[in-house]
Amino acid sequence: MELTLKHISYSYNPDAKEPKYAVKDVSFTIREGEFCALIGHTGSGKSTLVQFLNGLMRPTEGLVLFNGENIFEKKYPLKTLRQKVGLVFQYPEHQLFEETVLKDICYGPKNMGLGKEEQIDSARRAMALVGLPESYEEKSPFELSGGEKRRVAIAGVLAMNPECLILDEPTAGLDPAGRDDILGTVRELSDKENIAVVLVSHSMDDVAVYAERLLVMNSGELVYDDTPRNVFRHYKELEKMGLSAPQVTYIAHELKKRGLDIDENVMTIAEAKAEILRIFKK
Amino acid sequence: MNIIEILHLIHEYKEYDENETETETVRAIDDVTLSIEEGSFVTVLGHNGSGKSTLAKHVNALLLPTGGTVVLCGQDTLKTGELWQLRKNAGMVFQNPDNQIIASVVEEDVAFGPENLGVPTEKLEHRVERALEKVGMTAFRMNSPNRLSGGQKQRIAIAGMLAMKPKVILMDEPTAMLDPVGRKEVIETVHELNREEGITILLITHYMEEAVDADRVIVMDGGRLIMDGTPREVFSRVEELKECRMTVPQVTELAFELKKEGLPLPDGILTTEEFAEALMKLRT
Repeated sequence: MELTLKHISYSYNPDAKEPKYAVKDVSFTIREGEFCALIGHTGSGKSTLVQFLNGLMRPTEGLVLFNGENIFEKKYPLKTLRQKVGLVFQYPEHQLFEETVLKDICYGPKNMGLGKEEQIDSARRAMALVGLPESYEEKSPFELSGGEKRRVAIAGVLAMNPECLILDEPTAGLDPAGRDDILGTVRELSDKENIAVVLVSHSMDDVAVYAERLLVMNSGELVYDDTPRNVFRHYKELEKMGLSAPQVTYIAHELKKRGLDIDENVMTIAEAKAEILRIFKK
Repeated sequence: MNIIEILHLIHEYKEYDENETETETVRAIDDVTLSIEEGSFVTVLGHNGSGKSTLAKHVNALLLPTGGTVVLCGQDTLKTGELWQLRKNAGMVFQNPDNQIIASVVEEDVAFGPENLGVPTEKLEHRVERALEKVGMTAFRMNSPNRLSGGQKQRIAIAGMLAMKPKVILMDEPTAMLDPVGRKEVIETVHELNREEGITILLITHYMEEAVDADRVIVMDGGRLIMDGTPREVFSRVEELKECRMTVPQVTELAFELKKEGLPLPDGILTTEEFAEALMKLRT
């Protein structure tokens, strides 16, 4: 699988003399099994960008290529693309509507034209992937907790066997354990099922732990595309863009300032712990 | 003086099946007693479904007790006839700023609340001006709210409430949808209002860092109040918090982890400075 944005721009007034751009000249490629996080201030163009990835929105300039094919070409099967590139919106639990969890998750496979048994097989497989026990099949989605509802919504997209999963702030409003549950599940999907993940997030602490690659948007432009560690080296610039480094990185900087010989690019608690113990247990 | 007095509060609601027969009674708040001092900054923590939001909705009478009493500014929410009078005392800010903004110009949005309270025009202008000043948004007065950042929108929502001159501000995860800088803006604004205007703040959040500067942190679990203390007291109980789906600020967790490995660090470290100080002491 390879999903490429090539010189994508989006403008609300493309015919004006000086068009205003919501997204400007963005290019990158998402590859199989990769875990990418997309960060940027509110209004930086993240949510617009992810809608190009499965053809929900059409850029005013540039190309979107799925396995080398232009998805906006006439007769390109966009419906199939949307199964392969699944998008989980913000607050996806608002889109649950069926009477039971199982029926809700079957909705996607049903629309793909699968037979009844295949639908149920795919739904059950998706439930297992997100860690929903079988006993939940006949429950109403509305009696579940916030985190569980979100799992149902993600399972609904997974039931279509996507090769790429895009999640727009999947942890907003969840408690700390709920955040870790969802992100841990997504990480497993990427590791074990080889699904490519694009995670839109406002939590620097979370992306530092989970992502392999960071895409940073600022005012419609892609400003960094690198490993989290390399991106967070630019924490001063990130702050100017409404972002920050993970808290642990600031702790390391403070310790360095006070004369401790510490690697100031640590990003997670586990890394900082190992680094401090290395120094103190000598 | 206590501005909020909650005594043995119980909140129950009934669930029905498709035939509209009652299936079960759910107790969302289970015997909570709590008093909140005027002018204090209280953070409420708890997992999804622990009863935090339900509790906040009782404070400004959006919900009424099944049992027990809630008294806001001396008025019992069950006994007072005019709930809108009582609600003037406590404004509420929610998660999603886009759901709270109704006008197409910032100053009109801020004026919406007091206008509905019948504040005369000449006073209205002054109130709006002052409210915008307090949240640092004066420069955006004539702008359209939908061009603002998330943090700015939340500050407009806060200004709209300030213009109604509340004594208490209830905030239900006001930063859940904001970027890091927006989050900081909102939390700093609320602290300023607390310090300078003496407004009592009840902040519900899932971000532990936002609780660090509060006067008091309370933790809910299963509709009950399970912890109540200063941030340092509460965040010293790392393992108990994790058991009820919570966590602690990252710096607190790091210190806790290092202590487990044998570094003699104190419990309940809350800030980077404290941590650096304590750690560097171990060197000498």
